[in-house]
Amino acid sequence: MHDSKSPSGPLERKWSDYKGHCKLVNPANKRKLEIIVVGTGLAGASAAASLGELGYKVKAFCFQDSPRRAHSIAAQGGINAAKNYQNDGDSIYRLFYDTIKGGDYRARESNVHRLAEVSVNIIDQCVAQGVPFAREYGGLLNNRSFGGTQVKRTFYAAGQTGQQLLIGAYQALERQVALGNVKMYSRHEMLEVVLVDGKARGIIARDLINGKLERHFGHSVLLCTGGYGNVFYLSTNAMGCNVSATWKAHKKGAYFSNPCFTQIHPTCIPVTGDHQSKLTLMSESLRNDGRIWVPKTKNDTRKANDIPEGERDYYLERRYPAFGNLVPRDVASRAAKERCDAGFGVGSTKQAVYLDFKFNLINKYGKTEASKQGIENPDMETLVRLGKEVVKEEYGNLFEMYEKITGENPYEVPMRIYPAVHYTMGGLWVDYELMTNIPGLYSLGEANFSDHGANRLGASALMQGLADGYFVIPYTIGNFLANEIAVKPIPVSHEAFEAAEKAVSERINKLMNIKGKQSVESLHKRLGKIMWEKCGMARNAKGLEEAIKEIQQLKKEFWSDLRIPGEINEMNPELDKAGRVADFMELGELMCIDALQRNESCGGHFREEYQTPEGEAMRRDDEFMYVSAWELKGESNWELHKEELKYEEVKPTQRSYK
Amino acid sequence: MEHYIMNLTLKVWKQKNAATKGSFETYQVKEISSEMSFLEMFDVLNEQLIHEGKDPIAFDHDCREGICGMCSMYINGRPHGPWQGTTVCQLHMRAFKDGDTIVVEPWRANAFPVIKDLVVDRTAFDRIIQAGGFISVNTGVSLDGNAIPIEKAKADLSFAAASCIGCGACVASCKNSSAMLFVSAKVAHLALLPQGELERKTRVLGMVAQMDKEGFGSCTFTEACEAVCPKEISVTNISRLNAEYMKAGLSVDNSD
Repeated sequence: MHDSKSPSGPLERKWSDYKGHCKLVNPANKRKLEIIVVGTGLAGASAAASLGELGYKVKAFCFQDSPRRAHSIAAQGGINAAKNYQNDGDSIYRLFYDTIKGGDYRARESNVHRLAEVSVNIIDQCVAQGVPFAREYGGLLNNRSFGGTQVKRTFYAAGQTGQQLLIGAYQALERQVALGNVKMYSRHEMLEVVLVDGKARGIIARDLINGKLERHFGHSVLLCTGGYGNVFYLSTNAMGCNVSATWKAHKKGAYFSNPCFTQIHPTCIPVTGDHQSKLTLMSESLRNDGRIWVPKTKNDTRKANDIPEGERDYYLERRYPAFGNLVPRDVASRAAKERCDAGFGVGSTKQAVYLDFKFNLINKYGKTEASKQGIENPDMETLVRLGKEVVKEEYGNLFEMYEKITGENPYEVPMRIYPAVHYTMGGLWVDYELMTNIPGLYSLGEANFSDHGANRLGASALMQGLADGYFVIPYTIGNFLANEIAVKPIPVSHEAFEAAEKAVSERINKLMNIKGKQSVESLHKRLGKIMWEKCGMARNAKGLEEAIKEIQQLKKEFWSDLRIPGEINEMNPELDKAGRVADFMELGELMCIDALQRNESCGGHFREEYQTPEGEAMRRDDEFMYVSAWELKGESNWELHKEELKYEEVKPTQRSYK
Repeated sequence: MEHYIMNLTLKVWKQKNAATKGSFETYQVKEISSEMSFLEMFDVLNEQLIHEGKDPIAFDHDCREGICGMCSMYINGRPHGPWQGTTVCQLHMRAFKDGDTIVVEPWRANAFPVIKDLVVDRTAFDRIIQAGGFISVNTGVSLDGNAIPIEKAKADLSFAAASCIGCGACVASCKNSSAMLFVSAKVAHLALLPQGELERKTRVLGMVAQMDKEGFGSCTFTEACEAVCPKEISVTNISRLNAEYMKAGLSVDNSD
């Protein structure tokens, strides 16, 4: 197995020691070094901007029409940072510990500690950029709580935190574009990594407007391309989110780690029918004030508001009194599934539970506002009116979104919610420097596997994306590039570029020439169904073995019966999608192989064979205390490498939120 | 909510690329559920077209939850369709009834040339941001996030302006194809914060000059932009922009 390059020494000194000793590149040499950044979400935009500021020559790529549209923009609830502004006992150590525990002891200690350390710098940076975080009346920054923690460390901007953070990074990026330090290629998709003498030296990209293939050289390549939740077809990801960039790297030799670690988010708007193209998240922040319940009797057909208090089962509060509605996502999702499978689900499909705001709207906000305004013995109507105003300010846009989609008013009736695929903890294996096992090829943000173990805590994805891009890569990439200063830009006429472009072109031609009968969308839907049913919230060996066979069969069908309309050299969204779905087919198979090999339950990976008598995930630390790193050997053939996880600081225990 | 099924007639703008002339095509779609989103109805139509061996309709979309700003359809004469404060992707079919005819066009503005069908080029917006829509700080700020308190009312106003998603509906709705609402939202977002104070003048002058250079028209304050903005950005931002612009123009040459 490759060295994780975690520095030696005490945990809390590793990062400062690393920064004190890593190699530097002088400003004159930086101008001669070129870096390619693929993806412009929080990780990519922050990396491209920061590296441009340092003086490197950067080329950034995104498939959307503008870098501002990357899916980080859809993150709602917030971003964690160990600022302890609330004086409620937070610290860098506690954020580190919560993240390790939340990830069910499957993340690398050194990376996570560094993440907690730089979290405080992120907030300072964003405020300086003009990110309009929520503030209190005294003018200072406000915080709220997220799952898996007992402190308030989440910074937010209503229900649009991701948008505000991304706009901050995007503006920093556009500033570098204006200064000529970054060249931006929007509506471009990376379709191959180019290796020269074993190092990543460029990419082949396709211009999505005219279909032309382009060759781009870089001394180093950064993949900041997000997660692969769309392998399930239905997820909270944007329609364009895909695995292709990291999968191309995997096919060139980069290890893919923990692919089966998928986060199923507990609070999403339930599926209504076959036409559905995506699922919509209702932010975890809603669990600050929303109480989750189902009726105590099976198949109760009464309307939510007609069910009296005593006949409601607040099952999270019942099962997990210490954390209540704020247990981590994996725990909350499984608990919802358990209730619905047992016949207590609500709504027309019975695949939903209630998320109810009435109690806090009245008792928490209504009463506080009434007290503030000096209203004594307020009646119910006044409390509801006053409470609504506060709830509107905190979550207004989420409530509106819910109403637009479902046609129901969540101020009046409880939301109906159900778990949905949201985030993928797995990704390209990277070392402490965020470099894959291919020299010069880096992976940042959700695209790598590094910080969240088997389950990510809420409000930590934004933190990781920005940590990697603003504060980690600017240091670690220098340690590599310092040895590359003598390397002259390689002309794109080099045989490696020639061969890579030819391979890409042949694959596109092959796809176009299948000329079968089935659309990309219909095949993607079928893949998603297999993945959701057999590699979703609960998995077992039999189902996974079946899924592997079914995916292999579906892949054959894809390559023999696919129909793509239009031509290669024009804007052709169906062709773009076909390439992505072809990669999802291969990834789906590896996810099932990984889930089958990991004979334990941990975090989001729940194997039915391995559970405690109370139905909690049962880890098997003696056998599985490692990161799985899969190397592709041929079609449907992978070799497993293991990175042992050594816990020096935290003592792994059975995770308990009771 | 009761759901229902409908059959519809669609008249959609088809245009092969920027160099060719486009025209309307008529399509029939059947058995559309009122629970579908408008874009899901387009998915159904495209699947049908692919099945029939015809060219599907190209349209921009990504997050499908109303925040990325990618979707952009001019529906029955209104950007993003009939619902107030809503992007196309959040518009649901219960806004229509059985037998309706729906006309769908791309954004129309010289500064937003059509790429294909309903897809337009909005990179002019990125170039306007490049002309000053930022605060010039490099990564590595060490000033604590709470070092400068910001009045809540101002922070809230700044946030309201910053919630612009850059979709371009304001331009599409304007008879002059003016980008004033977009530009003013960014100017207001940054001018309302103490961090944005130092570059107030250069920012507003730079952004307005770029806006003119891109070929966006003048603002005659009809307020059509606010009426169709999916994020309900207020036209008071335009007043703020004008004030900022005046102040900057009067004093920018003096080293005050």
